[in-house]
Formats: sequence, C-alpha cells, structure tokens
Amino acid sequence: MRVHVDSKKCQGHNRCYALAPEIFDVDDYGQAFELNNGVVPVALEEKARLAVANCPEFAITIEE
Amino acid sequence: MTSVYGPATDWATDFDHADPEYNKNIHKIWDDLKTSGCPIAHTDRYGGAWLPLTYEMVHEISYDTTHFSSRSPVVGQLKPSEIPDAVPAPVGGVPPISSDPPFHAGARHLLLPIFAPKKIDPLNSVIREFCHKLIDDMGDKEFVDGAVEYAQNIPVMVVAHLLGFPLEDADQFRVWIRSALEDVGEAREQRETDQLALADYINKHIDQRIEKPGDDLISYLLNAEMEGEKLSREHVFGTVALALIAGIDTTWSALGSSLLHLANNSVDRRRLVENPSMIAQAIEEFLRAYAPVTMARLVTEDMDFHGVQMKKEDWVLLPFPAANRDEKEFPNAATVDIDREINRHTAFGLGIHRCIGSNLARLELNVAIEVFLERFPDFEQDTKEEVKWSLGQVRGPRKLPLRIVTRT
Repeated sequence: MRVHVDSKKCQGHNRCYALAPEIFDVDDYGQAFELNNGVVPVALEEKARLAVANCPEFAITIEE
Repeated sequence: MTSVYGPATDWATDFDHADPEYNKNIHKIWDDLKTSGCPIAHTDRYGGAWLPLTYEMVHEISYDTTHFSSRSPVVGQLKPSEIPDAVPAPVGGVPPISSDPPFHAGARHLLLPIFAPKKIDPLNSVIREFCHKLIDDMGDKEFVDGAVEYAQNIPVMVVAHLLGFPLEDADQFRVWIRSALEDVGEAREQRETDQLALADYINKHIDQRIEKPGDDLISYLLNAEMEGEKLSREHVFGTVALALIAGIDTTWSALGSSLLHLANNSVDRRRLVENPSMIAQAIEEFLRAYAPVTMARLVTEDMDFHGVQMKKEDWVLLPFPAANRDEKEFPNAATVDIDREINRHTAFGLGIHRCIGSNLARLELNVAIEVFLERFPDFEQDTKEEVKWSLGQVRGPRKLPLRIVTRT
C-alpha cells in the first residue's frame, strides 16, 4: 500500500498526522506529507485507511 | 439588550441567528427546515442573508471564493460597502480570515508557522498547569459554572500569552468579543463604542512593541514581510484583532458544549475517565456534533444557487455545524457517538480558510477535558439552573451550571 498527500489540497487540518504519525508528518507550516515515500507497512494499513477517511479536504490518495 | 429587529417570526423566511431562540434550539430548527423542504433559509434582516444547511452546499461555498467573498466573516447590520472606512477586498479588516485570493495566501502563509503543531505542542504544560489552577480555585464547591469558572478562561490565557497581553485584561476582552460577535442585532452605537475601545487597546500595544519588541505575535507581525515589504499598520492591526476575537469564544464554546455533553452522558464520561486515550477521538465527535462556528460570506455577483436567486452583496451564512449533521455525509448524524472513527467533520472549516488556530484549539480542548475528568471524575448538569447559550455565529454555553459529584 502507498499513500500520497496532495499538497495543493492539504489545508493543514493535521488529522492524518494525529491519527497516523508513523505514516505522515507535518512541516513547519503544518502542511502534511507522507513518510517513507508513502510506502505503508502491512501492519499500519488500517491506520492509513483511517487517516485517509478522516481528511476533511479529501487530500490523501491510497494505492493498494 | 434587545435586537433592533425583534424576535424572529419564521425560521425559513425571517431567520435571525442572533435571536436567543436560535442557538438554544438550533438542531430542531435545522431539522424542521430540512424536513419542510427548505434547505436554504432566508431573512431580510441584516440587509438580506441566506442560510444553506446541507454539507454539499457548505462544501461548495467554502471552495468557491470567486462567488463568495470572505471580506466580512461576521454578519452585521451594515454591509462593508456601507461602512465608509472599511478595508476593501481582497484584504478586508481582519486578514487573513477577511481576505480573498490572491492576497489571502501570503497573509496566511506568514501566520502558519506560529500555529503549526510542533510549534504549539510545548504549550501543553502551560495549559495543563492553568487548568489545574482553575480547578484548585473552585475549592470544594458542590455547584460550579463550567463556562464562567473553567471554559472561558483557558483560551483567554492562551491568546493573552500569544499576543503578550496582560491576563488581568481578560474581562475586558470578553466584553469586546461579546460586542463584536453576539450583539450583532443590537443598536449600532454601543458596538461602535466598543470597537473604538478595542482599537485603542490594540494600537497601544502595537506602539509599545514598536518601541520595545517582545517574543509575541505582535512583534512577529511587525517584523514580518510579504513579497519583500513590511506589513502595513492596518494589516498588523487587523491580524491582532482577529487573533483576539477569533481565538477565544470559539474554543470556549467547544469546550463548554463538550463538558455539557459529558455532564449528561455518564456512560461516555466514565469511559473517558477510565480510558483517557479515547479523549482525542471523543473530542473530534464533540467538534462534529457541537461545532461552534458559523462563518459568513458575501455574494460577489447575482447568481442562481441551488434554485434560489442570490443578489450581489447578500450575506451567506456558512454553517459548518449544520454540514456536520448532514445524514448523507455522517451516518446517524444526530447521534453523538464517541466511537465514531470516520469523522470528516468541518468544525474548522474547509478550503483556504481552514481555522488557522485549529491545532491550538485541539490542544486546549484535549488538555482541558483531560484535566477536568481527572479532577472531577463524576459530575452532572445542575438542572435547577438554566444553561445560557451565546447569540450569533459562535454557539456555546455562556452559563453552564454543573454539580460536582466526586473530586480527586
């Protein structure tokens, strides 16, 4: 599984970072980005789905 | 205190969001409007305003900055075009919340680092200590006011800290905030007097920081640059006014509504007392179900919007709290479910105007609720006294009578 934050859509709600800090981080402006080139370890797939489903801006895409 | 418009006579055609009945009965009013086939209410008050109630419409307006300007995010009796010295679009009086593209992005960008999660996290211990002190100050009273003695104080402390304002001025801030946000239907003279006093206060502090810079938001703004130029005095002033007005009663409202829920829902309260790690998710649900903030937009040109004819300069209320209760987006939307894992709520807005203080608000809410539950594991609403709701676009309890059952 891979995730990607669209930096044009992200408005810095930081829901993904709060829910899955192993997968997402935020920069000095509070904008989110994916860690590890977006590659999600199997054990964290549920967390990744949860982060995607909680983004108010629909800014995160997931590839399985 | 009475509105110049008198009581609202019909919620579909003569609504008034500052009528005391509105915030008090808000969920029933929205449900009645929607079931009677009126997803967009209207009023001639305030020079004409619309109230769209679905997630779809709130979403659409939030992203359409061409047809819906943010120039005046609080509905008033006068349109900005009727106020002689109002700062024009795309800047507006309180940037960046009052700004439209293209100005908006730069004004927001320079504020983002101040409110980024890693920047505000260190405030955790300051807020925690303050919350404990508020509870210590309640002594062993059985009956307390959760709004006056607890919720209202926390964001005031944080905002005063941010701006370098003395905490002793807190009562004065609340008078000005009430005037700016709640008294929108009152005779204009008093509000204008309050606005002048607030302006004097802010100007005095800006002058002091020019003389002697400190480690605060005002000094930061005075040093900041946009496109290689220092900010205008007007811009600094507007952003300071925004930080003071927008950061206080919003968080105070969300916290008060959350405490009211916990007072009346002992199962949820006990679960959070036993499992404090569930508090963060519960807060997202409280933010969804009791979202405090409705913003406003101004229509930029005559247009058809979902079958209603909006005119240039009409107000449009943007009720994020109503979007959060739309069944199409949130299954069982009327049920407050702290186990709700998927919760794309819009409490902090959508699009370019996402509340810039949302990380700070979340931090305050999490710490304040953790401490309250730790110190008062059992409490209930004191039903002998009435809950008093705020008026206008920010909804929350202004009096929250609680009975403390057990304390630690």
